[in-house]
Amino acid sequence: MLCCRGDYEMKKNGELLWSIFITFLKIGPVTFGGGYAMIPVIEREVVERRKWLQTQDIADIFAVAESVPGAIAINSATFIGYRIAGIRGALAAMFGILLPTFCIIVLMSIFFLQLKGHPKMEAAFVAIRATIVALIAYAAIKIGKTAAVDITSVGLIALTVILMYFGHSFIHPVLLIFGGAIAGIVIVLIRQKLGCKTHLKQKEQVFDYMI
Amino acid sequence: MLLLDLFFTFFVIGFVSFGGGYAMIPLIQEEAVHRHGWLDAQQFTDIIAVAGMSPGPIATNIAIFIGVQEAGFLGAVVAAAGMVLPSLLIILGVGMVFFRIYQNKWLQSSFYGLRSIITGLIIYAAIIFAVNNGLVSSLSWFTVSQLLIFIGSLAALLIFRKHPVYIIIVSGLVGIAVYG
Repeated sequence: MLCCRGDYEMKKNGELLWSIFITFLKIGPVTFGGGYAMIPVIEREVVERRKWLQTQDIADIFAVAESVPGAIAINSATFIGYRIAGIRGALAAMFGILLPTFCIIVLMSIFFLQLKGHPKMEAAFVAIRATIVALIAYAAIKIGKTAAVDITSVGLIALTVILMYFGHSFIHPVLLIFGGAIAGIVIVLIRQKLGCKTHLKQKEQVFDYMI
Repeated sequence: MLLLDLFFTFFVIGFVSFGGGYAMIPLIQEEAVHRHGWLDAQQFTDIIAVAGMSPGPIATNIAIFIGVQEAGFLGAVVAAAGMVLPSLLIILGVGMVFFRIYQNKWLQSSFYGLRSIITGLIIYAAIIFAVNNGLVSSLSWFTVSQLLIFIGSLAALLIFRKHPVYIIIVSGLVGIAVYG
């Protein structure tokens, strides 16, 4: 009888992985509005409908998803999948969330590469390029609000811009990113020695549109 | 090996992509434009526009687009895999541990430094794009029109809180009307 139970469990497991995949497949296109646009949809699907996790779990998962490298949408989906059904659940959720946007961007790239050189298209992109600069500036303002908490952090921001501007031919951004993490620890240590406090905890919900 | 190159380039970028897609622009630019010569600065801006108009994470979208352009569908698959594999490894590997040490002081301290660097990288990206696209050059009708589009777009984002996709589409229509 043991083998039959095994078969049943495997079938049940397969069904679970399939429904994880389908759930995130449906959520994928919602990531249009950034990773955070997913939260209400995930709550409805994962918490209310399927009862896989609880609301508090979702909040914790997003706290981690936004702090580790990678896109929030993909991180949180992978993490939720992992919490529900282990590594295979993580893979099912990741493929689900990725597949629709992958297909859309592949089609859009092909469409764009085909239309390239068309005068109307070129004219549109001359304007869009200026808008992209605005989008990046907006991203800088939004994240700058949480980063620039004191004079030292403002100094670090300025130093990064200067180093990149004048030294981009020999300084790789990856180096700066690791340097920044170390600098953060060193600065907090020095301040501790001097008896100053650093304002550490920041609500990080600033990355909308920037997943 | 182009496919391997695509995979490893985006794999490395995926591992350090803190703070959302826009912070990764200088990094992707360094690798794709300067180091590998896959595209030029203007093509890169266009790709960001298309990536911003599509659903899904900006950085992943940029990677997929570069993959399509360089090596077709297989290139797209390889670039996407490179970009998301770090997410999977990190979530599986440190995700659970991280959960417990999230409140850790040293981790929070490193975020303090990281956030500043990320902000700096995004500001640098904005400066470079402004320069590359002729936003800051000698005063001419073209520069003025570009500045107006820039200010209009920024106002739409900051003050009117419009969705980026909406702004990109409107901007495209303005472009056809003005430069067409």
